[in-house]
Amino acid sequence: MEISDKEFFAPGHRACAGCGATIGVRLALKVLGENTVAISATGCLEVISTPYPETAWEIPWMHVAFENAAAVASGVEAALKSQGKTDTTVVVFGGDGGTADIGLQALSGAMERGHNLIYICYDNEAYMNTGIQRSGATPYGASTTTSPHGKESFGEDKPKKNMPMIMAAHGVPYVATASISYPEDFMKKVKKAAEVEGPAYIHLQQPCTTGWGYNPAKTIELGRLAVETGSWILYEIEEGEFKVTYRPIQRRAVNEYLNAQKRFKHLTDLEKERIQSHVDAICIELKI
Amino acid sequence: MVSVGAAVKEPGSTRKNKTGSWRTFKPILDKEKCIECENCIMFCPEGCINNDYDIDYDYCKGCGICEEECPVKAIKMERE
Ligand SMILES: Cc1ncc(C[n+]2csc(CCOP(=O)(O)OP(=O)(O)O)c2C)c(N)n1
Ligand code: SF4
Ligand code: SF4
Ligand code: SF4
Ligand SMILES: [Mg+2]
Repeated sequence: MEISDKEFFAPGHRACAGCGATIGVRLALKVLGENTVAISATGCLEVISTPYPETAWEIPWMHVAFENAAAVASGVEAALKSQGKTDTTVVVFGGDGGTADIGLQALSGAMERGHNLIYICYDNEAYMNTGIQRSGATPYGASTTTSPHGKESFGEDKPKKNMPMIMAAHGVPYVATASISYPEDFMKKVKKAAEVEGPAYIHLQQPCTTGWGYNPAKTIELGRLAVETGSWILYEIEEGEFKVTYRPIQRRAVNEYLNAQKRFKHLTDLEKERIQSHVDAICIELKI
Repeated sequence: MVSVGAAVKEPGSTRKNKTGSWRTFKPILDKEKCIECENCIMFCPEGCINNDYDIDYDYCKGCGICEEECPVKAIKMERE
């Protein structure tokens, strides 16, 4: 695969040391290259990359609001098309809150209208920028500031919203999940998403040192543990065809993933077993 | 005209902000040991390791990902 040696996301940005979101953006832009316009929803990525009057972006980039990144991208795509600039890629980077919750309506509309754009949800599984509030993408059992564990609660009591399948239900030509810890798999998917005519959606898991509670050096290891334990599954849906793109050689116990993070530390053995059974059921169905 | 937004005309201008000052541990890369797998280049959140495997300490925040992901322990974190 041809990837650029050039960086399109400059250092000096204000992300926490060890931030997984910036790794995802760097890798995606290396595939997409210079002829790309990026749109961001409000969130960590927007805040850390553009402390006015500075920007980390080396390509045209636009931010409008939290809820309308996909609508803004739709407008950009339509404008480029009317100017005959059909070789320019339009990519959105939206957080999980901006994607699964507040921007879902705008995203659904963009998918329905069939704009030729790539939407990448960088999923750190909570509203990190405002201080770790739960989102629809927060996993079962995770402690956040709005799903705190304690006497009355074991943390988040809802399962993670299945965003990629919601996107697939729109009948768009390309949907995939990915992880920053499997860069080749992720970058292949970004390439496919760019080549496909019409909307493409990639749901990128991205460990967050601050929100998940682990040593920043472990960002890649955490993403790997998620996949190797079957807690996060790498797949793609191309023209309706579902395919698992990576299978762990030997699936590891979910506890290895859970115990490495502060947000799951409080869980009892019984709750951890419940999570393991849930993961087992999905993995058995997918032969993982 | 009333301003309805803001535009930044200088791409990559966060470079003015030297995040190297955040660091407490400094990665030292031993080119003799390095097998050029590029893991550290790929995974650095700052993109501050170049293709000659030189680390730009102006921006390195000392997260330790490169040390953790180096398969041959060619990178060591040292206290500043
Ligand atoms: C309409 C609106 N509601 C609330 C906010 C405050 N806000 C800014 S960023 C953010 C969290 C973003 O979460 P997510 O999309 O998951 O991105 P992350 O910060 O985790 O990268 C919130 C609640 C806002 N900017 N606009
Ligand atoms: S809170 Fe998480 S996602 Fe946000 S900048 Fe820090 S590490 Fe990155
Ligand atoms: S310590 Fe972190 S910021 Fe510094 S070079 Fe290594 S990966 Fe990059
Ligand atoms: S991770 Fe280690 S072996 Fe690989 S390129 Fe970096 S220093 Fe060299
Ligand atoms: Mg988030």
